[in-house]
Amino acid sequence: MPIQQKVFAIFASIIIFIVIINLVKNKKLKEEYSWLWLLTGFVMIILVLWYDLLLMLTHLIGAVQPTTTVFIFAILFLICIALHFAIKISILTDQVKNLSQKISLLDAERYNNLFL
Amino acid sequence: MGKDRCIIIPSYNEEKNIVSVICDIRKYHDGDIVVIDDGSQDITSSAAIEAGAFVIRHPFNMGYGVALQTGYKYAVEKNYNILLQIDGDGQHSAKFIPELFNQVESFNCDVAIGSRFHAESQYRAGFLKSIGIQLFRKIIWMITGEKITDPTSGYQCLNRKAFEFFTNDIFPCDYPDANVIIMLHRAGFKIREIPVEMTSNPDGRSMHRGFFTISYYLFKMFLSIFVTLIRKP
Repeated sequence: MPIQQKVFAIFASIIIFIVIINLVKNKKLKEEYSWLWLLTGFVMIILVLWYDLLLMLTHLIGAVQPTTTVFIFAILFLICIALHFAIKISILTDQVKNLSQKISLLDAERYNNLFL
Repeated sequence: MGKDRCIIIPSYNEEKNIVSVICDIRKYHDGDIVVIDDGSQDITSSAAIEAGAFVIRHPFNMGYGVALQTGYKYAVEKNYNILLQIDGDGQHSAKFIPELFNQVESFNCDVAIGSRFHAESQYRAGFLKSIGIQLFRKIIWMITGEKITDPTSGYQCLNRKAFEFFTNDIFPCDYPDANVIIMLHRAGFKIREIPVEMTSNPDGRSMHRGFFTISYYLFKMFLSIFVTLIRKP
């Protein structure tokens, strides 16, 4: 692995790490969501420092270039995140709907009395 | 008897029609009329209250299905035994209300659906919509063995067991339609169709319009039926 690649990858993962920890610290990101992102940063560092592992993985999935392996896993990871968000959004949509219905029902008596 | 029955009207921006719809209903029904205003920007709510209906207002627009479900939840909360739903755009003729109530009250069925294709109605569906209706008729018939002629009808009467069933989160709030009929059938409810008259929407606008809207609708309905089938009844 060329040294520029190594430096860039380590640099990128450390930046990601710092940003996530800061977001959690400032309560802009829930811990619940942070672990996935922290894991990404961690795996990136591991793969950079332990190049043989990347080669092994490449061989395991039958890819030719180690970079392909990195891209495949990056895309898989993004799909998982997107799916995770889709599930969350479905749950939230239902909750918002049920809440609004509840509010409408609770508020109905008051609203109709305004016109009496 | 009055407290027993309730009529719900889901409506969105219907200030022009809502008063005449309520007045029409009054001729055939002396019980409660509940208008669910799905976040209208016009004066649907106040017009409906002045016409003598009880109004439930959504804080923002959430769609026809959600408005229906709010009505079901209200009916459960207030302990009604029978609920009739009718559209707020004046498409459904109110004179069939007693007949629909009667079918459910005499235990002929759990859900009575007003069908526009049994009667000599003036209703003219657009070309694409007729194809869609034909298609879903076939699908319903294949899956449930029931001959439902008008699966898109929003003119229905339900007994308590049926509308309580729909207060659950499984109710398909985005497009309650053919999928609802299949869902009802699988849950063991008895469905029956009653011929009614319908006019094409007086304003010339309908829920299903435009090529893309209809294609999207067909796609969603297929998906929804599929999901209904793979889920446990």
